[in-house]
Amino acid sequence: MEYFLHILILIGIYIILSESLNLIAGYTGLLSIAHAAFYSVGAYVAALMALNLHSPFLVNIICAIILSGLLGALVGIPALRIRDDYFVIATFAFQVITFSILNNWVSFTGGPMGLPGIPPPTIFGLAISSHLGFLLLIGFSCALILWISHRIVQSPFGRVLKAIREDEVFAQAVGKNVAAYKVLVFIIGAGMAAVAGVMYAYYISFIDPTSFTVMESIFIISIVIIGGAGSLWGPVIGAVVLVVLPEALRFVGMPSSIAANMRQIIYGGLLVAFMMWRPQGLMGKHTFQSGADSK
Amino acid sequence: MSNALLEIQEVKKHFDGVHALAGFSCNLEEREILGLIGPNGAGKSTLFNVMSGFLPCEGGKIVFKGQNITGAPPYQITSQGISRTFQNLRLIRQVRVLDNVLLAFQNQPGERLWNVFFRQGVCLKQETANREEAMALLREVGMAEKADDPAEDLSYGQQKLLNLACCLAAKSEVILLDEPVAGIAPEMIEKILRIIQELPGKGKSVILIEHNLDAVMQVCDRVIFMDAGVMVSEGTPEEVRNDPRVIEAYIE
Repeated sequence: MEYFLHILILIGIYIILSESLNLIAGYTGLLSIAHAAFYSVGAYVAALMALNLHSPFLVNIICAIILSGLLGALVGIPALRIRDDYFVIATFAFQVITFSILNNWVSFTGGPMGLPGIPPPTIFGLAISSHLGFLLLIGFSCALILWISHRIVQSPFGRVLKAIREDEVFAQAVGKNVAAYKVLVFIIGAGMAAVAGVMYAYYISFIDPTSFTVMESIFIISIVIIGGAGSLWGPVIGAVVLVVLPEALRFVGMPSSIAANMRQIIYGGLLVAFMMWRPQGLMGKHTFQSGADSK
Repeated sequence: MSNALLEIQEVKKHFDGVHALAGFSCNLEEREILGLIGPNGAGKSTLFNVMSGFLPCEGGKIVFKGQNITGAPPYQITSQGISRTFQNLRLIRQVRVLDNVLLAFQNQPGERLWNVFFRQGVCLKQETANREEAMALLREVGMAEKADDPAEDLSYGQQKLLNLACCLAAKSEVILLDEPVAGIAPEMIEKILRIIQELPGKGKSVILIEHNLDAVMQVCDRVIFMDAGVMVSEGTPEEVRNDPRVIEAYIE
């Protein structure tokens, strides 16, 4: 039963991560490889505040969102000025730098030893320590993130995002400040990713840099693409499939040392297969594309 | 002091040593349809790109309603009242025709996130009003029945009309049309020209780039022939058509 709840919690965390990346990559067409970095900012801010300041959960999560959003602005404002391909590289650089800081600033982040012993969160006097409690908390966060995303993409604001994805020049020609929209959506996505990081840190109660590598960014991108970029439910389905699928390997009796490698092979294989035969993903209507096509 | 709606003064732009615009000047009066003709590479589209802010202006200035708009980014120029179409079509192909038009409305409250979350009523009200206006615009250009089709399903001529409808939705006073009838079937050309001719009656001024001389002669009040980045001759359609330099360039 606990194992089952654990899988559901993981799915919830990945729904938050992939839905927030979906706003950036799926709806706006900005392929960011920095999502695990914003995820780590959320996790480390919450962990460090809980461990050192003993500040309450709600304060920590708000600080994590704000700090991650500010970092999003710091990275996004220069990176989004440059062309699509270079944006991908700039986000990749930010991802690598963030990992290096987490891994090497031992006195602050614990370096490779990580941060153990994160206390369970208390919300309005209610301590959450059971799997069920976490599932409810993360389920609520998921619902909130989905609702916010839904509101955004259904609004005229969302219409501009889709226009930027399809044809940036056209969006400019009809009077939209494309650069401002891009930065704003990047900040929102970064803030949302931090929520997932906070949840993860409290749930696992131990974090170290290996959870936030570039592989993690690519895993989140895989969820978005396989689920369906630019559709609200795509990342939800994608998260379920990509979290459950490797777990299924355990039940066919594969030793864990092989299963870990199989997992990477499955992600890679799925990604290639989807790009070739179903580029719009399981749920999507739109073919995934990075940036505006230069017709 | 002239009081033309739009003044283009000595505008310059060069590419790798080629002077695409070598100090080009002209005025656009209110409710005027100005034709811009000239051989390929004369700098016509470059002029549009500089005017709409997609290319930097390297000299001279552009004054719109007494305000210097030289070097402003494209979105500001559009929101100030100058819209354009492109020679090669630009649309959001995968979304509905209606949504393309809706996108072009300026200053929508629903484009601000604060309003999306905290003033939804205002957004919905404006959206409903815009939707009605967009449908009316589509009826005007005779495409109301296509409103729910994806833009990519439209014919080439209809896509050009949709681009024009977007300029109308933006409520621009000046509309820059880059080859609106190139590559289009004759009956569609007639339809598009009729719509262009009706624009001054709606308070719009138009600059029209077109290679189809008959179309230019039919709709324009005034024509400028440009070559090598400068104005060569200017006058009524007849005057320009009879200018030996124009005849030479077009008949060779």
